[in-house]
Amino acid sequence: MQGNQAMSEGAIYAGAKFFAGYPITPSSEIAEECSKVMLKIGGIYMQMEDEIASIAAVIGASLAGAKAFTATSGPGFSLMQENLGLAVMGEVPCVVIDVQRRGPSTGLSTKPAQGDVMQLRWGRHGDQAVIALCPATVAECFFMTVKAFNFAEKFRVPVIVAPDEIIGHMRENFSPPAPGEVEVVDRKTPSGPPREYLPFTADPDGVAPLASYGSDYVFHVSSSMHGPDGCSNNDPDNAAWRVAQLHRKIEMHRDEIVICKTFSTEDADILLIAYGATTRASRAAALELRKRGVGAGVLQLITLWPFADKEVAMLGARAKAVIVPEMNYGGQIAGEVQKVLGSGADIRRVNSYNGEIITPQDILQVMKM
Amino acid sequence: MKIKNNEKRYEVILAGSGGQGLVLSGIMLGEAAVLEGRVVVQTQSYGIASRGGLSLAEVIIDREEIVYQQVQTPDIILTLTEEALEKFAPYADKGIAIFYDTTLAKVRTGEYLTGYPFTQIASDLGNVGSVNILSLGAMITALPMVKTESLAQVIRKRFRGQAQEMNLAMLQAGADLIRKGERTWEPS
Amino acid sequence: MAHATGTKYLKDGVLPHMWCSGCGIGVMLGAMLRAFEELDYKRSDTVVVTGIGCTGKADDYLVTNALHTTHGRALPYATGIKAFNPSLHVVVLMGDGDSVTIGGNHFIHAARRNIDLTAIVINNFNYGMTGGQVSGTTPGGRFTSTTSWGNPERDFDICALAEVAGANYVARETPYHGWELKEHIKEALNKRGFSLVEVFSPCPTHFGKNNEMKQTREMLDWFKMRGLPADRYRKLDDEEKKNHFAIGKLVDRDNPDFTTRYEEIREKAIRGSKEQA
Repeated sequence: MQGNQAMSEGAIYAGAKFFAGYPITPSSEIAEECSKVMLKIGGIYMQMEDEIASIAAVIGASLAGAKAFTATSGPGFSLMQENLGLAVMGEVPCVVIDVQRRGPSTGLSTKPAQGDVMQLRWGRHGDQAVIALCPATVAECFFMTVKAFNFAEKFRVPVIVAPDEIIGHMRENFSPPAPGEVEVVDRKTPSGPPREYLPFTADPDGVAPLASYGSDYVFHVSSSMHGPDGCSNNDPDNAAWRVAQLHRKIEMHRDEIVICKTFSTEDADILLIAYGATTRASRAAALELRKRGVGAGVLQLITLWPFADKEVAMLGARAKAVIVPEMNYGGQIAGEVQKVLGSGADIRRVNSYNGEIITPQDILQVMKM
Repeated sequence: MKIKNNEKRYEVILAGSGGQGLVLSGIMLGEAAVLEGRVVVQTQSYGIASRGGLSLAEVIIDREEIVYQQVQTPDIILTLTEEALEKFAPYADKGIAIFYDTTLAKVRTGEYLTGYPFTQIASDLGNVGSVNILSLGAMITALPMVKTESLAQVIRKRFRGQAQEMNLAMLQAGADLIRKGERTWEPS
Repeated sequence: MAHATGTKYLKDGVLPHMWCSGCGIGVMLGAMLRAFEELDYKRSDTVVVTGIGCTGKADDYLVTNALHTTHGRALPYATGIKAFNPSLHVVVLMGDGDSVTIGGNHFIHAARRNIDLTAIVINNFNYGMTGGQVSGTTPGGRFTSTTSWGNPERDFDICALAEVAGANYVARETPYHGWELKEHIKEALNKRGFSLVEVFSPCPTHFGKNNEMKQTREMLDWFKMRGLPADRYRKLDDEEKKNHFAIGKLVDRDNPDFTTRYEEIREKAIRGSKEQA
């Protein structure tokens, strides 16, 4: 099964009933798959006039009660940012798949990159938090898409799944699990008297229940600063409460949200920190280093945002050197690692930005071995 | 024709031009290996156009987990254009078997270089578009990465009616090229 | 039956509203709410989607479901709501900026898709909220805060745009024609498919002030003198048409809407899958 198909099937498994998108390489297989499947499962597929409209329709459908998602790549992801901000502000669950390709701008549309890491986190104006996941195998494409819907529904937040082109287009052995085998979470809906429903008053778990348009619970959602009832509110105390709320619900559940995998890190002197396709090159490089008697291990970041600071700090403190291979020029994750481990840490960057994949040899080279 | 066969793991590159169906034959080779219970990774690299430009499909078939997804030490390479052959011909000097299409590329000689007019044969057999299946049939006969029957099974699953018949015939024709061709297979 | 007031859809204590004296948004909102009442819309099955600008503030006055969106994007948000739950009444309130300037692409595609939304567009010929800048509907030569010496560009005819893009229903009214406005909003709400009611509105604060119509009355007179029923307008020659515009119902047709078409295709897909099996 292909990575893109696995994400599409993961979405359906999680209960997605609405897809709106605009074709763009290298994500179009997801739209194509959904255009067929949605008809048969009672869902809706819409090809919109652009990516701005796509994410808007997804948010609208989510408020009407659908588990909804879209899929795109760099240029389209850029177009979605403003409306994605509404999903943050209005606390609307939705999932966006961004199959990363080499930029800037139109760039190399069929080539892989990991250049959107900072855009995932900071792409929108204002001050907000989202969740971003990055799979490295076809199986992870499936399971992390299910997870993305679970997080979106549970925390009323947009979740972005951001593989690179290699993983999106790669095919591996994979059979989806049977229904019920993997946990699927639905959003919490209100239960009190409809007249008293406040769509932005959080429960102790940091998240407010969300009704659907058409239910007995009538409600307002707004891109403007709003009070607990969703209607405009310009009071500074209210604004501070709202902005903090958007961050706090993520912070509160940080340990549940941050997903990492480790490979032979118990005694690792050399720690490779990787995500997406570069995880695989890192693991191959670590195996080669082990053969040569060097204690190397890999920390795979599946959750890119919020950043795995605790995990990096713990494993990084033990290592003599940390290698961060990534398909971008600036070392977007390497910078975060540096922030956690401090300026004195031996952090070696391996960067490719020519549209080509990082190989295990590229990584071994920084070890000068 | 010389091919090394390590029987445990196969790394394959299929190279040509967009539109020749090489990504599809990579997928089909992978699916055949999955039918035989193997671990498979298939990747691709291509340009922006659906037609033309260098297009690559890579397939790794193993009995264990495939950590790194790209081909590093190919066992066999198929090239269907001059551009692709030019890129990969030097691999023959390293003892890597190269199958190439003499219809579209200049003839080269060498121990590990095997040329057949795949495109011409496919055209003679009635469908130039099936050159991908024809050449794949030849490759898996020369280097038995998967059984011909597994690939036939994949063809029967993917195609219906006339297209199925045509592709099964192409698979057979490719296999016959090796079994009955002028050159005979020499195990290393 | 007592006359509908529409007040049951208004939030308690929100009046007087925020719009400038003489602005047509209040008249439009009143007409819309009376139309809701006459059609017996429930708060729970009605969703009002707004954009940004003066008109975009309207949702704060309502007790129906509401979604206040980003500038120009109200239509695709509404499209998602309606496509997923076709039983909802989805009404989209936009200004001329939302509908045909920043959001022009969404406008023509919503009409092309013929999705069953009712778009009510307040056209006040400029950007009122941000200080009276030029918009896609400012007539050529007119003065705004960003066309101090006259607008070098031409204006969009929103109704004509909706008509050629495929809307099932198109009407234009002004606050001068309050009863007709409510009646046309009702027809638009009842129409299956994409419907548009354009409401020409005075903006005495900016557009009027900049164009020698400082008094609301002057702008209303401008509408009254120039607005002609569609059949009379159509009989004018090209030169006369320059000084007039058509009001009333301009398009009324029954092409299948998005949901009808989608469900037809769904049936085919399901039948197709059975045939294959």
